[in-house]
Amino acid sequence: MSSTGGLRELTRPAPRRGTAYKDNRAAYAFLAPWLLGIVLITIGPVLVSLYLSFTDYNLLQPPDFTGLENYAEMFGDPKFLASLKVTLTYVVLSVPLQLALALGLAMLLDRGLRGLSLYRSVLYLPSMLGASVAVAILWRQVFGSAGLVNQFLGWFGIEGQGWISNPSTALGTIVLLHIWTFGSPMVIFLAGLRQIPRMYYEAAEVDGAAPLRRFRSVTLPLLSPIIFFNLVLQVIYAFQSFTQAFIVSSGTGGPSDSTLFTTLYIYKEGFGRFHMGYASAMAWVLLVVVAAFTAVNFWASRFWVFYDD
Amino acid sequence: MTTETPARARASAGGAAPPPGEPRRPPRPGGRRRAAGLVKHALLTALSLLMIYPLIWLITSSFRPSEVIFRDPALSVEGLSLTNYSDGWTALASPFGVYLLNSAVLVLGTIAGNLFSCSLAAYAFARLRFRGRKLLFAIMLGTIMLPIHVIIVPQYVLFSHLNLLNTFLPLVLPKFLATDAFFVFLMVQFIRGIPRELDEAARIDGAGHPRIFLRVILPLMVPALVTTAIFTFINTWNDFFGQLIYLTREENWTAPLALRTFLDAQTASNYGGMFAMSVISLLPLFLVFLFGQRWLLRGIATTGIK
Repeated sequence: MSSTGGLRELTRPAPRRGTAYKDNRAAYAFLAPWLLGIVLITIGPVLVSLYLSFTDYNLLQPPDFTGLENYAEMFGDPKFLASLKVTLTYVVLSVPLQLALALGLAMLLDRGLRGLSLYRSVLYLPSMLGASVAVAILWRQVFGSAGLVNQFLGWFGIEGQGWISNPSTALGTIVLLHIWTFGSPMVIFLAGLRQIPRMYYEAAEVDGAAPLRRFRSVTLPLLSPIIFFNLVLQVIYAFQSFTQAFIVSSGTGGPSDSTLFTTLYIYKEGFGRFHMGYASAMAWVLLVVVAAFTAVNFWASRFWVFYDD
Repeated sequence: MTTETPARARASAGGAAPPPGEPRRPPRPGGRRRAAGLVKHALLTALSLLMIYPLIWLITSSFRPSEVIFRDPALSVEGLSLTNYSDGWTALASPFGVYLLNSAVLVLGTIAGNLFSCSLAAYAFARLRFRGRKLLFAIMLGTIMLPIHVIIVPQYVLFSHLNLLNTFLPLVLPKFLATDAFFVFLMVQFIRGIPRELDEAARIDGAGHPRIFLRVILPLMVPALVTTAIFTFINTWNDFFGQLIYLTREENWTAPLALRTFLDAQTASNYGGMFAMSVISLLPLFLVFLFGQRWLLRGIATTGIK
């Protein structure tokens, strides 16, 4: 079961005509719930949301078409621009750091290390709990002015600070929370490392390749499809982060908008002030940004991702 | 684990522990290698401790009086009591059990929905030849990328017109329509690994697709179903955004929504109760982790679910 099988599937040649579509009726019966969901819950709302983004809509009166006004307003709205900056900073910092740590740990854990399954479990646990409100609440206390971090610093005579009340460090605590959940990409890397045939390493060793060289010339290229897969998904997920910023900032995105993720601003405008049109426009910009990042990822992959077959 | 000797390491390397296909090389005897192993284990142990220290702190704090929690980060065992648990349980408008029950109902609904709808769609994508298959499969993969924030406003409008706000239906109904494309993908991957000869044999015996699906494929894809159930459990239990939007009345609150109100001004000083209820709300996840690890790890390795 290859992680990238789904993507490769798309490039497979189409079945021959004639006998090719013999299952039409059965297939659409099996797909009925999914088709209904695509129309009613996914694609339909995406299109409606595009329409709403050109309107003024407060849920009570019918939408009032205003053309590009929302988009024009958005790019003069310092809060929105701040939210884009916060979101991009978060994605650009947390995703590579988390993946680098995940890869490093996977390398350490590979090769039949004793106690592997225990380490793997302990390191994986945070990624299971990390999305919860409970852990976000915990994070607030750990980095609060009387929290765990400052108590530790106090032992070394270092004067701590309110990491969450300080605009220049608040986002950093949320980035750390994301890095803390490196366990799930680590597990994916571990599975990938296992599929690298041993003979490549043996050959490299015979040729006198040092460990670093073996990593660069064997591990990295052979693992690159999995690194790519992780990168694409983690970027998409990171753009959608909401809970942690909401809880850590008590729903404000503060201090000084330093944790105002675009998702949080969309929520505040749409469901706090019922500016549904404006919220939809911002959501569409978010979608375009996510799509652009994903497209660039796919485009860039041809320069560094190596497919064995 | 720090007393590893080459002989013991070799013995364990030859044992049943290593999964098949895992590359390994026999450890070379020699002090340098052993020292490197020790450093590695020391590093890993330190990191593991650092990683779970916040969780251990959360648990011990939940048994200590609020005013002591922030005075002393050490894990002393003196003065432990269950007071925080009884306080926290009744600190909010309803007993905390009400919120846990709401979360549990929601979890059961979403699991049932995902198992039903995703397996049907996956069978079609994995086994059937039909017009538009490639396009629909691409659309399905594409929806994985779609941020929920793009569809939430129209969805909210739809469910408010249907008078379904403050019910669980806006959160459960979509699951019966296979909107979690990730699980469709996971199941498609799994079904592809089931030999087609089994389908063919059933077909020769006169079975149609519904029968092949129910009698052949479904029993064989139990591992994928378990993985889906576990991940749906985790996602729904942890979900906050959707529940925040659809469940605004207190009697509908789930555990995360209730936990959040511990941060409000009136209850802000009840740190002990907040920690205790945080522990309780993490407990189901921890149990799933303990008993479902095998499927969890396999599922992540296959699809890269969060």
